[in-house]
Amino acid sequence: MVKPPNFIAAMTGPLNEEAARHMVTRTPQTEALGFQFVSISEARGAIRVPWRADLVGDPETGVIASGVVTTLLDHVCGLSIRAADAVPQGTLDLRIDYMRPAKPQADLIADGHCYKLTRTIAFVRALAHDGDPDDPVATAQAAFALIGGGA
Amino acid sequence: MSVETTPAERLAAFLARTPYIAFLGMRAELAGDEMTAILPYSPHLIGNTLLPALHGGVLGAFMEMTALAQLAVITGGPRPAKTIDVTIDYLRPGRAMDTYARAEIKKAGRRISSVHVEAWQEARAKPVAAIRGHFQMPVES
Repeated sequence: MVKPPNFIAAMTGPLNEEAARHMVTRTPQTEALGFQFVSISEARGAIRVPWRADLVGDPETGVIASGVVTTLLDHVCGLSIRAADAVPQGTLDLRIDYMRPAKPQADLIADGHCYKLTRTIAFVRALAHDGDPDDPVATAQAAFALIGGGA
Repeated sequence: MSVETTPAERLAAFLARTPYIAFLGMRAELAGDEMTAILPYSPHLIGNTLLPALHGGVLGAFMEMTALAQLAVITGGPRPAKTIDVTIDYLRPGRAMDTYARAEIKKAGRRISSVHVEAWQEARAKPVAAIRGHFQMPVES
């Protein structure tokens, strides 16, 4: 049997740690942002984005741009769905609340949880923090369409 | 504000001061008071290499930056507005091509503004994504 390319395995096969790491670090946009794989467990995933000067939103504060947080939260939602053994087709909607600015020059970590799967839809919550998950920088609520669900 | 600036100057200042906008490669053009933001296609914006499609986060971030740029055009201060919340609707896949966006300020408040943004590629009438967001306005210095 021909082994499928890593990308296809990461997107559709059973999610082992190698596939999850590939999904987090090897898409062009996440590679450009410097995403790092943190962990996966049942229906959960975590990703880190190290602080970098070119990702800053406001140079007077040195805080990572909210747009980077958007991509981080969207991606950790997708990872959490894969960790729930489903395959996301695409984001339907994503609501993000920015609770407070991140600390200057701080790395950000996002934790996602796919808390409900239907035949066609995945419902996900996620948060981004800069060290303490109980004091999040941003929280997210998302719905994704699933592949193979007939949507 | 001590020195009067034009909308074009305020837009240029906002685009130039934000490192993440350079990371995206985003530009914007002003026709009178109507701004169109442009996200030229670049391989590093791709989130799905199979389709291929732009990363959904990139589309959301682009529209959020469009809202902040539009707010910078109408406000005088040097500091940008801050995002309070955004709701992103994904309507069609963002294909590997240039993307455009326009913002509509639904309410320009002294403290908080409400902005809608739509992004499109081939046809304005077929948006790929939209956001609604609330933004904390900068304190005038």
